[in-house]
Amino acid sequence: MQNTTIIINGLVLVLLGFSFFKDKSKTVKSLKIAGKSLLKLAPTILSVILLIGIIHGLFSDKIALLFGNENSVNGFILIAVMGSIMHIPSLLAFPLASSFLAEGASISLVVAFITTLTMIGIVTIPLEIKTLGKKFAIYRNVFSFVIAIIIAVLMGVIL
Amino acid sequence: MKKQQTQKSNYKSIIFLGILSIITLVVIKFSPNNSQKIINTSLEYFIQMAKIFPAVLILMGLFSVWVSKDFVMQHLGHTSGFKGMIIAFILGALPTGPMFIAFPMAQGLIKKGSSITNIVIFLSAWACIKLPQELVEIQFLGIKFMLLRLSMSIIFITIMGIIINKLMDSRKIINN
Repeated sequence: MQNTTIIINGLVLVLLGFSFFKDKSKTVKSLKIAGKSLLKLAPTILSVILLIGIIHGLFSDKIALLFGNENSVNGFILIAVMGSIMHIPSLLAFPLASSFLAEGASISLVVAFITTLTMIGIVTIPLEIKTLGKKFAIYRNVFSFVIAIIIAVLMGVIL
Repeated sequence: MKKQQTQKSNYKSIIFLGILSIITLVVIKFSPNNSQKIINTSLEYFIQMAKIFPAVLILMGLFSVWVSKDFVMQHLGHTSGFKGMIIAFILGALPTGPMFIAFPMAQGLIKKGSSITNIVIFLSAWACIKLPQELVEIQFLGIKFMLLRLSMSIIFITIMGIIINKLMDSRKIINN
């Protein structure tokens, strides 16, 4: 994991340097945007981190009951539906997912959660219907749910 | 109005954080057995996040400055075939903003003659294969996990795009 941290930071640093070399004011603007999104996201990120801590500290044995049983189709569907309804920044799906894994959730379950969380937005459906029509919105979200399940099952088989 | 909305949701998340902090403090005070576990876990995730989050945000900032909405619209407008699909994936995956700006863009793209397949690919890539997202995924779940999920997403999103294209008629969307 250490290497990925270095590579990611190095890569962004190089891009930042390149951008600064090409256009100073644009680069300053991009840093301002980054700062603003940090302020905007910080409360949610910290909440999720605290939540992971509390869940791990208090309920880890009980959560494992829900997650642990790999044959539980109900648990699987429940997580996929949860992922579809929840509206949190998709960047936070991954720390959450890794905490689920740490609690003993299966790979399939975690993938179902990530994929439905990112691809399906119950909250944005009204806007999707308004701009692209009811038929399109329904097709896209239903098919996304189905492929989320397929990807989850396949990942579980492979990993 | 949009600004007011984001401000409102920002207040909500701050209040939520406040309530959670209080709960955490209460739990730590009254359940000392679990407190170490809670603090350690939260700290560990915080450190993991802190290591890459500034870089991820800067990357998003850089893209929003250098790759404009017009750039995306221009390059996706009249694309078709295999090349068009690849462009739809790449443009969708660039970190250019939240989901709610992608829908009006998709609407504009259909009017410009983009195929439904490409619109589905563009929206799905925007939602689930964003570049910064992939970086966070590597950090928390490993590169093997990320690459496998990414390649499966690409395959199934393409299939979904082709199927929805067959089911829909793009002229109908415009008249909507």
